[in-house]
Amino acid sequence: MADIRNYTLNFGPQHPAAHGVLRLVLELDGEVVQRADPHIGLLHRGTEKLAESKTYLQSLPYMDRLDYVSMMCNEHAYCLAIEKLTGVDVPLRAQYIRVMFAEITRILNHLLWIGAHSIDIGAMTMFLYAFREREDLMDLYEAVSGARLHAAYFRPGGVYRDLPDTMPQYTASKIKNAREVARLNENRQGTMLDFIEDFTRRFPACIDEYETLLTDNRIWKQRTVGIGVVSPERALQLGFTGPMLRGSGVAWDLRKTQPYDVYAEMDFDIPVGKTGDCYDRYLVRMEEFRQSNRIIAQCVKWLKANPGPVITENHKVAPPSREGMKTNMEELIHHFKLFTEGMHVPEGEVYVGTEHPKGEFGIYMVSDGANKPYRLKIRAPGYAHIAGLDEMARGHMIADVVAIIGTQDIVFGEIDR
Amino acid sequence: MASKMEALKSSVESLLAPHIVHSTIALDELTVVCKSDCLVEVATKLRDSAELSFEQCIDMCGMDYSTYRDSPWDGPRFAAVYQLLSLKHNQRIRLRCFAEDDDFPVLPTLTGVWSCLNWYEREAFDLFGLMFDQHPDLRRILTDYGFVGHPFRKDFPVSGFVEMRYDASQQRVIYQPVSIEPREITPRIIREENYGG
Repeated sequence: MADIRNYTLNFGPQHPAAHGVLRLVLELDGEVVQRADPHIGLLHRGTEKLAESKTYLQSLPYMDRLDYVSMMCNEHAYCLAIEKLTGVDVPLRAQYIRVMFAEITRILNHLLWIGAHSIDIGAMTMFLYAFREREDLMDLYEAVSGARLHAAYFRPGGVYRDLPDTMPQYTASKIKNAREVARLNENRQGTMLDFIEDFTRRFPACIDEYETLLTDNRIWKQRTVGIGVVSPERALQLGFTGPMLRGSGVAWDLRKTQPYDVYAEMDFDIPVGKTGDCYDRYLVRMEEFRQSNRIIAQCVKWLKANPGPVITENHKVAPPSREGMKTNMEELIHHFKLFTEGMHVPEGEVYVGTEHPKGEFGIYMVSDGANKPYRLKIRAPGYAHIAGLDEMARGHMIADVVAIIGTQDIVFGEIDR
Repeated sequence: MASKMEALKSSVESLLAPHIVHSTIALDELTVVCKSDCLVEVATKLRDSAELSFEQCIDMCGMDYSTYRDSPWDGPRFAAVYQLLSLKHNQRIRLRCFAEDDDFPVLPTLTGVWSCLNWYEREAFDLFGLMFDQHPDLRRILTDYGFVGHPFRKDFPVSGFVEMRYDASQQRVIYQPVSIEPREITPRIIREENYGG
């Protein structure tokens, strides 16, 4: 009689379903997980420490690199924190642009999530579908900021520049002939807002396609229904936020309850789950696609009708225009001081929480009046979620761990910071 | 909004009067400082009393005040800062608790009050060296296995003390003192009162 003992298994850090660099030490009884001990920190870069030795503006691009699939949402919280400390007013148009791009980012994030989550559970097609739409959205990022991923577009006091008048177009090449290029450029003839508007019209049909593939799919349901159930009480105790909390049936969304920028003007609904399993969280995120799309359409409508400034006139925080800098002595000094010394933020401390695609993304900023933050703490939603992995995975089979990691929407850039 | 904050402040003060050192409202946020020996009691009351009901601890972080305003800091150096959220009343509060001993900062653990603090306290231990009494599993979390020191303390340089490289003769990865010079590109400046008139 062979003696039966528990196995300890190392999952990751190079496992493709570990979503980056998660090392998970699993204690198994047969195939059943007895204990899951995530070892994080393999991507720790010390962003918070680095921010203490950089000016406020120099730290901004680091925010993109936290949760590197929802770049602008990270910047959003950071900018809001600085604005709250300095008391800067943000022009209305900038607020609309920020809300629009925050929602574009939410769709980007959820697209990557659905792609990665479904490929983990065995649905290859979803990944290709998701990247098809991501391409359009990343083109928007590129058009507005010059970068497809790390945009650094939101700035304290507004956004870096106004939306471009034209949408960049494809050109003919070895692999794309003239007819193909003409077809690809068909919806890029107008302004950027026209392109976004076209996207919001096309996108609901795309969501229907995803749902056709997954929502009633027998295999998908077998892998997600009843897996990783979290009760609302436990979700609150474990510090879950965002879709992880709403999947458990708690209707809590900071965009509604503590609205920032112009979310108060937007008309949208908050989807909530019922049972708190992986399938409910999937349904919540699918509905968030539709709601984000609604918000984007409302922003496009407003932005088309209302031109105006997109960054604050306060030159202690935002740089003056290029033209003004070259003709006006005072603005030249402002420009010089801002880019050599950086902005000075009054002494104080502030916590700003925003509804990031993954949950509540918060910035706790302590300033002692210097040109650099005294302490910056980033509240990453994924950190609390992965901490709850042990509780969620206990008693499940090892294959379900993959589904649970997928449903938590883990990205190590923000967890390890 | 201001009156709501005032109401919260007065209800917190009346409920926790003997334990609170002081409480302030700044930038529409309420900060409460409490003593470390009654932290568990304060936290439990904040969570359980009906008019406060802070069900969720959103965030917790360590703080090192030793170089605040670039001048000597009088008072305890280390603190833990908790950001609490009440979904029921839709309000937030910040709870700060200083660790009394600078050389061996100890605070009671609050993992029994909010489960999520398990990892946040591990993080504060790892990065600041704050000890949490009665914590179930106080291991390092973000830094490397076998890391020495607490990197987020203000006396820990950004470039660290050791660097890692592969040594061909020993055929393994070794640690050695850092070879890069610390540098500061943009100096840290706190402007004096009434700067520029």
